[in-house]
Amino acid sequence: MSGHSTYQPQSKVLQWLEKRLPIGGLVHSSFVVYPVPRNLNYLWTFGGILAFMLGVQIVTGIVLAMHYTPHVDLAFRSVEGIMRDVNYGWLLRYLHANGASMFFLAVYVHMFRGIYYGSYKEPREVLWILGVIIYLLMMATGFMGYVLVWGQMSFWAATVITNLFSAIPGVGDTIVTWLWGGYAVGNPTLNRFYSLHYLLPFVIAGVVVLHIWALHVVGQNNPTGIEPKSEKDTVAFTPYATAKDGFFLAAFVILYAWFVFYIPNFLGHADNYIPANPAVTPTHIVPEWYYLPFYAILRAIPDKLIGVIALGASIVILAFLPWLDTSRVRSARYRPLFRQFFWLFVIVCVGLGWLGSKPPEGIYVILARVFTIYYFAFFLVILPLLGIFEKTKPLPNSISESVLGAKA
Amino acid sequence: MKMQRTIIALALAGCVGSSIAPAVAQEHDTPTPPMLKWSFSGPFGRYDQGQLQRGFKIYKEVCAACHSIQMLAFRNLADPGGPGFSEAQAAAVAADYKIKDLDDKGEPTERPGRLADTFPPPFANELVAKAANGGVAPPDMSTLAKARTFERGFPWFVFDTITQYQEQGPDYIAALLNGYEEPPKGFQLPQGGHYNKYFPGHNIAMSPPLQAGQVTFDDGAPQTQEQYSKDISAFLMWAAEPHMVARKRIGLQVMIVLIVLAGLMYFTKKKVWHEVEKPREIARGQDPKKTAA
Repeated sequence: MSGHSTYQPQSKVLQWLEKRLPIGGLVHSSFVVYPVPRNLNYLWTFGGILAFMLGVQIVTGIVLAMHYTPHVDLAFRSVEGIMRDVNYGWLLRYLHANGASMFFLAVYVHMFRGIYYGSYKEPREVLWILGVIIYLLMMATGFMGYVLVWGQMSFWAATVITNLFSAIPGVGDTIVTWLWGGYAVGNPTLNRFYSLHYLLPFVIAGVVVLHIWALHVVGQNNPTGIEPKSEKDTVAFTPYATAKDGFFLAAFVILYAWFVFYIPNFLGHADNYIPANPAVTPTHIVPEWYYLPFYAILRAIPDKLIGVIALGASIVILAFLPWLDTSRVRSARYRPLFRQFFWLFVIVCVGLGWLGSKPPEGIYVILARVFTIYYFAFFLVILPLLGIFEKTKPLPNSISESVLGAKA
Repeated sequence: MKMQRTIIALALAGCVGSSIAPAVAQEHDTPTPPMLKWSFSGPFGRYDQGQLQRGFKIYKEVCAACHSIQMLAFRNLADPGGPGFSEAQAAAVAADYKIKDLDDKGEPTERPGRLADTFPPPFANELVAKAANGGVAPPDMSTLAKARTFERGFPWFVFDTITQYQEQGPDYIAALLNGYEEPPKGFQLPQGGHYNKYFPGHNIAMSPPLQAGQVTFDDGAPQTQEQYSKDISAFLMWAAEPHMVARKRIGLQVMIVLIVLAGLMYFTKKKVWHEVEKPREIARGQDPKKTAA
């Protein structure tokens, strides 16, 4: 699927380089002549947005690390030092903190788009699984970054999440002690979280390279879910995809800037402006918004071990999606029943997010249980059966026919 | 069940008192703090210099007896976007404070404060602070205005993203300072506690700190408890977010640049894609530029 390289450098220097390291040809074939389906909608710009956000997080993070002190007595003060005394430190920190939220927002759009248009189906299984791995790494990185602030919510989130491992029978407590580097969340925990928080983004960047590589082997899916058949079905990456990605990235950054400059603490928790205090437990311990659906699943189940298993399964199950969805039709456009179940799934995920922020009592627990059941049923019951029983709509013969037919 | 919860809440509040001051007021019988009008709200908000100066005076004369504000330096008083002290005025404020230091023989000594110093705490350490305040250390005020909030609830929190309502902290603090009253019948107030309708659990260790006429203003502002509450809350918001004015100013510039950029990108995209989106006109030999986009 990679574009045939027609790259012929004009300058002598580039010709010299090309004979020794054909990097110009690689860039040219991957980001210039690379053919993309002509009918991609704006949901397909989120891959580029995610790459941009990863870059922003790494750049702002590296500068923040120059001013941060990973010590239980100094961490909170050093973050406030960044906010007060480092030139534009407040900007760097708000860019980084809200950048994490924007990163997750974009990844959720990216994932829901993948599910809606069946982008994980043959031959894109590996592409999808690499995406799930990136998402898992993002969750670990985001969580550890939140702990570094060493406010009340940082400390107690670290305590709650690491304690989940104590549910493992037999070795649970030993594992937790090993994770903490002591008998409670303390300085060794903060130090290793800092080390890993710096490391994991580069691991993410590595898996992103694999993700893009796999993408360029199998090519992009598109809203019809049928493969491009002729040159009429595709356009060149540059200028078409670059222009489209560029515009929507700029629009997305407006949203990002709105949060950074006007409501920078909206997505945070007020308790995290209280320095960590192991002696005082906050009334409600809640994770960042992007983990709330999984937190709701965890708390919906009364047994701790089963709750932890359900939490893990709710993420791992995504990796099996290519085989759980038995339908041969990719795009929800031609799957009327799937489309309804899909939107219900979106509502359930958002609902679980809301329930994750509520105390686990009364009606909230009952709703969380119903939603958790639907979450798993969507993958384990609905998707396998739909492939067998659903009557799909006829597919167009080609992408260009679908585009031109729609306009006629 | 409900009784039990109340008892637990009271016991908890009795143990740790105001030092926990949970960020979220979860008691169903806790009223929502009124939304006050702040000069620093909204996209063009800036701190009112007079209000910050009055708030600072209240801090210095009242709050500072118990509450530290250790992340604030004297030089901050002269920072742009703040209370607008001149450097000389800020230095004069600093000189009134005694700072613990070592002399050149290494002996402990006290010297007058300098611009670079931070505000010294009223108590030597947390244990002293606890012992002097009935077992509860008064919280440091540096980030207090961002560390306090109240639950907005659905759908208000969604609207807050548009209206940019970010002033839960000062609204809560102002409400709390005005929220002292007689406990309702049947409310068991533990010894040393005070009833406050806005405080989660209602039992607050801090006695009512502000009374009318307590602090003299020389700019003609009313010397009432409500005015004091509002001015100190504004001051604490500035102390917690000293670069807010710069943030909103730069934000406006960034927004203008981004909106123009996105607009230009949109028309670029439209032009680039025109020939792809109008292939029929091309097939018919028409110039796609002359057909409607």
